[in-house]
Amino acid sequence: MANEAIAEVTSFKVTLFIRRFDPEVDQEPKWVDYDVEMYGTDRVLDALHKVKWELDGSLTFRRSCAHGVCGSDAMRINGRNRLACKTLIKDLDITQPIYIEPIKGLPVEKDLIVDMNPFYQAYKDVNPFLIASDKPAKERLQSPEDRARYDDTTKCILCAACTTSCPVFWTDGQYFGPAAIVNAHRFIFDSRDEAAQVRLDILNDKEGVWRCRTTFNCTEACPRGIEVTKAIAEVKQAILRGRP
Amino acid sequence: MSVVIETPNSPRTRKGANWEKYGWLFMRVSGPLLVVLVFTHLVVNLVLGDGIKAIDFAFVAGKWADPFWQVWDLAMLWLAMIHGTNGMRTIVNDYTEKVKVRKALITSLWAVCGLLILLGTLVIFTFDPCPAGAAAELLPSFCPASN
Repeated sequence: MANEAIAEVTSFKVTLFIRRFDPEVDQEPKWVDYDVEMYGTDRVLDALHKVKWELDGSLTFRRSCAHGVCGSDAMRINGRNRLACKTLIKDLDITQPIYIEPIKGLPVEKDLIVDMNPFYQAYKDVNPFLIASDKPAKERLQSPEDRARYDDTTKCILCAACTTSCPVFWTDGQYFGPAAIVNAHRFIFDSRDEAAQVRLDILNDKEGVWRCRTTFNCTEACPRGIEVTKAIAEVKQAILRGRP
Repeated sequence: MSVVIETPNSPRTRKGANWEKYGWLFMRVSGPLLVVLVFTHLVVNLVLGDGIKAIDFAFVAGKWADPFWQVWDLAMLWLAMIHGTNGMRTIVNDYTEKVKVRKALITSLWAVCGLLILLGTLVIFTFDPCPAGAAAELLPSFCPASN
């Protein structure tokens, strides 16, 4: 039995610095640090759970599925927008404290929770649904090539990591933001949709695609690996052409 | 009983003309043009012939007596000024938060740009290569006073 013994799973101590804000008490957000014992298989979300469940129950953050599908737990971890549920602690530099902040550019409501309404409003404004006048008895057919045209932008989970990594959005919340443009792209280039022109007109706005500075922050931030800046460039090209 | 679902979103209304698309296009077109204009300008003035030592009043006067260089410098002046000012406008839009500050900055940017373009254009077209009373050795060779 002795030589079959499974090696003990090693644990390590990490320090979390969490940007906390309680609107009923605080005037300004403040950094609060917590030491937690974590394992190599743990993610930042597990560390946040450990703090909330064992150290300080007042810590507030969003999470639903906890597996990178719902897009609830986008936050700024060590200065980069990521999903807490997809970021392994061992992949970060654990000799240094881990800094966790709410995503930037949206009003903080409490701790890591921000008001997502401005973000959703921009999303709604691009008509993110199929607009088709025909009434087919069966499903609308589409060739694999036509489907591939907008495949990348179907992956969006609306976590807001891209929009809140965009420097233009930080200073001026009027900008539609990468996520809204990505979701417009998903329908603009869909061969079954008939309202591409409407969406192109909406994005050919003072606060539309032309505010994009191609800094690629959004592409780097996207936890789904969507080539966001490329999608925005394709929408710009489509506006110049006047059709998708 | 069927439920009537109203159109989910009313179309956005746009106020005034939208220049952003043309601004964006202008930057893409004027950028490469400026690269050619500016670097040719630098090579002709600083490298070819006697190089940097050739530059004096006569050199500039000689160039501006030629309509080709007049148009060249005019294009460089207008494109560079508008390109640069539009770039500054973009930065102002990105970094100012108060509407009044933004308007004041952008208005002064375009005012300065307009003034410089006006002055520069005036100089290019009203430039006198043979001013009366100038020292003969400073004048270009085609001036009557230089002989």
